[in-house]
Amino acid sequence: MTTATRDSVGTAHTRVEGRDKVTGAARYAAEVPFAELAHGWLVLSTVARGRVRSVETEAVLAMPGVLAVLHHHNAPRVDTDYVGLLGVPPDLTVALFQHDRVAHRGWPVALVVAETSEQAREAAESLVVHYEEEPHDVAFCAERQTEAYTRDSHAPAVVRKGDLEAQLAASAVVVDAEYTTPEEHHNPMEPHAATARWEGGRLEVVDSNQGTTWVAGELASLFSLDPASVRVRSEHVGGGFGSKGVRAHQVAAVMAATVLQRPVRVVMTRRQMFSLAGYRSPTAQRVRLGADADGRLRALEHQSLNQTSTVYEFVEPGAAASRAMYAADAHHTVNRLVRLDVPSPTWMRAPGEAPGSFALESALDELAERCGIDPIELRVRNEPAAGPVSGLPFSSRNLVACFEEGARRFGWSGRDPRPGARREGRWLIGTGTAAASFPAGVMPSTAAVTAEADGTFTVRINAADIGTGARTALTLVAADALGVPTDRVRVRIGDSDFGPAMIAGGSMGTRSWAWAVTAAAGELRQSLAPGAEIPPEGITVRSDTAEAVGALAQKERHSFGAQFAEVAVDPATGEVRVRRMLGIFAAGRIVNPLTARNQLVGGMIWGISMALHEEAVRDRASGGLYGADLAGYHVAAHADIPHIEADWVDDPDPDDPVGIKGIGEVGMVGAAAAVANAVWHATGVRHRNLPIRPDRVLMAGGDA
Amino acid sequence: MPPSASSDLTLSVNGEKYTLTVDHRTTLLDALRERLDLTGTKKGCDQGQCGACTVLVDGRRSVSCLQLAVAAEGREITTIEGVAEGERLHPVQQAFLDLDGFQCGYCTPGQICSAIAVIEEHAAGWPSAATGDVRPEAGPPPLTPEEIRERMSGNLCRCGAYVSIVQAVARAAEQKGAAA
Repeated sequence: MTTATRDSVGTAHTRVEGRDKVTGAARYAAEVPFAELAHGWLVLSTVARGRVRSVETEAVLAMPGVLAVLHHHNAPRVDTDYVGLLGVPPDLTVALFQHDRVAHRGWPVALVVAETSEQAREAAESLVVHYEEEPHDVAFCAERQTEAYTRDSHAPAVVRKGDLEAQLAASAVVVDAEYTTPEEHHNPMEPHAATARWEGGRLEVVDSNQGTTWVAGELASLFSLDPASVRVRSEHVGGGFGSKGVRAHQVAAVMAATVLQRPVRVVMTRRQMFSLAGYRSPTAQRVRLGADADGRLRALEHQSLNQTSTVYEFVEPGAAASRAMYAADAHHTVNRLVRLDVPSPTWMRAPGEAPGSFALESALDELAERCGIDPIELRVRNEPAAGPVSGLPFSSRNLVACFEEGARRFGWSGRDPRPGARREGRWLIGTGTAAASFPAGVMPSTAAVTAEADGTFTVRINAADIGTGARTALTLVAADALGVPTDRVRVRIGDSDFGPAMIAGGSMGTRSWAWAVTAAAGELRQSLAPGAEIPPEGITVRSDTAEAVGALAQKERHSFGAQFAEVAVDPATGEVRVRRMLGIFAAGRIVNPLTARNQLVGGMIWGISMALHEEAVRDRASGGLYGADLAGYHVAAHADIPHIEADWVDDPDPDDPVGIKGIGEVGMVGAAAAVANAVWHATGVRHRNLPIRPDRVLMAGGDA
Repeated sequence: MPPSASSDLTLSVNGEKYTLTVDHRTTLLDALRERLDLTGTKKGCDQGQCGACTVLVDGRRSVSCLQLAVAAEGREITTIEGVAEGERLHPVQQAFLDLDGFQCGYCTPGQICSAIAVIEEHAAGWPSAATGDVRPEAGPPPLTPEEIRERMSGNLCRCGAYVSIVQAVARAAEQKGAAA
């Protein structure tokens, strides 16, 4: 056995579960077989506000195969008076069938359970529910500021530094602009699915989620169960993006399995996901920048408004994105929310930063235009030495290096700054850039690493691989920490029985898990005497990073990046095509270049999709969405996406044992602004409302 | 007497015959997943909008969520479980694996089945909306990235692995051309 340290981290490695995924062998939540399985189908409200007057179950119960109809008169009771793993109370949308109130259109009012999914579906669609309808209000717009309020979330709602109005008054140039982003939906390709059963006094749930510790904890709290009696597994997850926490499907499956005492599976339909899976709130934002003639910022104000439901307060912290980006004498950032009769929004890839960076980085581009300064030079001039508001040092900040490398590779230097100056046939051509950042956090996790008698190692950690490549990354991390090749390491994830660990979220998953794996593997390596006999049960070392993570010094910790886009705009049709895109990131040590590049490019594609395509339109009359499916809600398809490159500069986190920062979200940040800035450069028209639809381009006079 | 709600039929999948009784409402997709335990074919939207359920029916790509199982009798159906030759991956599968043409993997079986058919369709001279010259005498257009993107656009990938998917399809097509 060699004990030399190997360099698996930093070397491209195909996904360890890749073969299973390309052969169809990988089983996702709805594909794990259960004997005696029954199928549940959710019934959602057809009104946006009111009360359920009656649920006509008799006719449905007489239909072939129907086993039960659960609704607010007969469903098991749940407890919602708790604070979950992420430090927040539950979204009451998951407290299914507890009362007769309807809080939004698409609110769950019943679950029909039958022997087959065909029987359950037909019965659910036949179920007659009578409502006492009340007037509803789903109209979100900037004018709702007057009735909005602030609420601290993970970030404070309001942050102030200096005298904003005085600095604005003293500024040679002021940009004051309003921006909007629409309601956006995650739409992971795999719909939410859970199967629940009681087995030997334990509740077992096979689910598709971003963290089984989290979901098991929420289910234990909701159903007042001993946490040790709940096991949640989630081996393969077909995407999450923030939407796969505790949701109606798991709660419904647990209720039905409890009532029927047999396994019950509940799968959301694609349409149901549009009201039950969470979404990104629309935002209305205002940015005011005050600067000297040379572009140096005196004042930075960013206000953001979002909607939430009547049963849950969710803050989309769009303005928080501005707190660590640029130096200015006065800073003012505030997030507000307004309650409407809509489904509860939630985290969606780069929450806060995605819409917030669209506004801030568009405004920076407007300021560059007004000052007659190159947009990259403007950002360099406003580079802060420490946190612009906090005054804390940055753990590392390599934004300027990203711009320099990106400008070189994109060919930025010869750019004619004048808008509307380049034409190729019917196309107007433009280029744009924007900065990206996302917090680099870490949360406590536990891990167990076992030296097996056959010379291999087994890592058990309750991580979730939702497509991030976490399983593979942790294999590389463990191999290096153990000083062995990757083929001697197997990593088991997605099982709440492995002990508590961070969720796949906030760009914190892989970093948090890698820390715990490194700690356990390092200690195991120390304890193994060379040539010593390993007992049949192996030797296991466990780790818990709570103390080490808690001891981290307070710093500004972020990933950074520079986005570049080239677009072509057809002024006759209003069509916008992205022709090429480049992102250079400073995002900590890159564990697996193969999967990391893919993930960063994926984030940039989300940015293109946000800039040009995605928009869920809520009908004020019905309170529901127009075309709540993948035809009505377009996400970028193959033909929308050009060749995109993502790369990185050296930026290991000095305080992380592996040097990781996290890359799940930063790839998306600033991408929509880079596209919008390129559209301005092509056409001379500022698009401050997303998406940049053909009709908006035409109405604005594309070749103005 | 009410009309029967189910039928006996024989499905031919990946070269094997399966005789089963199916509810008339059962889609080919659900028959594969729920009755034959061939869960490699995925259900992303169940209404023909995402391509995750793409299989080959008599060699042509087809979304299995939009056809009833009873209508698939007599057809030769190939799913993701049937495209490899034993332990040897199909060149498209191998290229997806090597070039990381996926992230979460849920759209992957549909992308791969679609890509296999795209390469065949292209070789057979079928034009696409991205083809510049569609006259028969012009011959097959080069299988450029634009051609691949256009032809693969019925298969959504929400993770955004499009760039590496296009590279994987191109590599597999090249290999097929080299082998021909």
